[in-house]
Amino acid sequence: MNLNILHLYSKEMNLYGDHGNILTLRKRCEWRGIKTKVYTHEPGQEIPNDIDIIFGGGGQDSGQSKIEKDLVRIAPELKEMIEAGTPTLVICGLYQLFGEYFETSEGQKIQGTNILGITTKGGPTRLIGNITINTPELGEVVGYENHSGLTTLKPGTLAFGTVVNGAGNNGEDMTEGAMYKNCIGTYLHGPILPKNPRVADFLILKALEKKTGKAQKLAVLNDRIEQRAHKVAISRPR
Amino acid sequence: MEKLSILLGKSVQKVTRLRGNGGSALPGLVIERTNPKFVRNILSKLPYGVVVVSGTNGKTTTTKIVTELLEAEGLKVFTNKTGSNFVRGVISAILKNIKLSGKFDYDIAVLELDEAHAVKFCEVVPINYALLLNVQRDQLDRFGEIDHTAELLQKVAENAQKAVVLNREDPRVGKIKAKHKVFFGLSDTLLKKFPSDDNLLDKADIHSSTQPALVTLEKLNGQKASYHIKTSDYQTNLTLKGIYNAYNAAGALALVSTILPETDSANFVQTLSKVESAFGRGEVFKINDAEVEILLVKNPSAFQLSLASFVDDEHDYMIAINDNIADGHDISWLWNVDFKALPSVKMVSGIRATDMALRLKYDDVKVEKIEENLETAVDKFATANKKPKRIFTTYTAMLEIRKIISGKSLL
Repeated sequence: MNLNILHLYSKEMNLYGDHGNILTLRKRCEWRGIKTKVYTHEPGQEIPNDIDIIFGGGGQDSGQSKIEKDLVRIAPELKEMIEAGTPTLVICGLYQLFGEYFETSEGQKIQGTNILGITTKGGPTRLIGNITINTPELGEVVGYENHSGLTTLKPGTLAFGTVVNGAGNNGEDMTEGAMYKNCIGTYLHGPILPKNPRVADFLILKALEKKTGKAQKLAVLNDRIEQRAHKVAISRPR
Repeated sequence: MEKLSILLGKSVQKVTRLRGNGGSALPGLVIERTNPKFVRNILSKLPYGVVVVSGTNGKTTTTKIVTELLEAEGLKVFTNKTGSNFVRGVISAILKNIKLSGKFDYDIAVLELDEAHAVKFCEVVPINYALLLNVQRDQLDRFGEIDHTAELLQKVAENAQKAVVLNREDPRVGKIKAKHKVFFGLSDTLLKKFPSDDNLLDKADIHSSTQPALVTLEKLNGQKASYHIKTSDYQTNLTLKGIYNAYNAAGALALVSTILPETDSANFVQTLSKVESAFGRGEVFKINDAEVEILLVKNPSAFQLSLASFVDDEHDYMIAINDNIADGHDISWLWNVDFKALPSVKMVSGIRATDMALRLKYDDVKVEKIEENLETAVDKFATANKKPKRIFTTYTAMLEIRKIISGKSLL
């Protein structure tokens, strides 16, 4: 078996250890005898065929402005893939831009892919710190958030989880992230996948199922260190 | 007014010290409230003025180098050695060194300030020179994004009245605008060994800047360094270890050559060869006949460079990771470091020991023991055998380790 991973804008949107998410996907496949290939997508390039998992990270404002146009260009293609069930993880900056729009604090509206039913507005302060959330499908998820954008879920949009400790989408309604089909959008980095192997395995499992067209079971890995690191992270103060 | 403040400040210092509070912040706070112009009035009288050293990595050691280079030329240098690098810390340092009569017997002040405090400091005190080292990912939870940090340094640069010394190889520092700029740089060969955050994982498109530099680090072979200063080459054997220290020394050389343009560069290089690293940055301790070296790593670039300089087959390795405020709460930066150069790690410790172990697992580096408690970890690691040892550590873990080791060893 062979899985193809698409890393969106690996040069401009790679803050906060995003590389660790890709590494986690690769290693957890490798440990199960699944081969992986990572394709990076930079502005202007075409998306290769046969992508099984899509990943996109966070960036600084300057990085974000360099990819906005390209993201709108490839949005229909991404939408088609996600509608078809391609597992996707977008974090922080790209989570925001997977929504309808991002409105800066100066009132400028940046168009997103509109794949996730969310809107985001620039906020007055940064929401920073350790965060723990509860997700219906994947249990407790822990990470670190650092964002000034405040995100609101549009009616009918599912949150990725409920905030246990931290700010989440907007610091008000206790929601964190958004989910549509197998696409997860979230503010959690840390990076998110190493300490939350269930999220990584969800992406891998869905990719295998989509690729083979039938139900799959992943081989169980020894996650003792992962679980211990997860526990330590939850115990840390905000 | 100044004499009154000095008396007041010194009294507060004495009282807090008697009460065992170390007395770093309170005297500064009292003076700040009662006499906001105190620092300005004292420091602006110095004949050579004030020098600010800022940037993400290497401030402490670079400040130490600059201080020793100037002292060797006969200048009396006031500096904030305690590392309490904010305005209040500077006030406390002044109070300790000023006479009750108001006599402040120095020629120049060389101050280490972090990016945010450097800006605040410049709003209060006029500065003559700034040495800006780098902008790297460090404690993003405190400063936000690195582009913002670069803007802070831009403000510092605008305040420097005589000259700003800039690292031309840093993509953000190299672009800083100032009236009188002086650059330091690297030769093309060395630049490739020096990944910045932007190309940490992608070393293909590294090229040296075309800005002419006053000082360049041309070659580094073990401790043998070769610098090009103005128009000539100088070779020397450094006591300082690590490529980043050798490079920061180039920044220090560029700064002192600007402050004292008449001095023979050979003198500076001669002094530089004897400068030792600062507190907790490459210090070597002896425990049970085994040498234990402590290497401070605060962010991905520093860690990567440390691994490039300090990994071999002779040493045993330990890594200690804390996530207190001074370390940065966000430890995701560990995933921006490539650890594959490490043969194995005998011990991981600190509050986030397990996170470190997890990171190493994903780079296929074997971890022999995870022990969160630093005292137990240092004890086991240091006394296991007589092999030389190295500990990579974040800031607050370094302070703790140093205390633990000092209790056991001959310094």
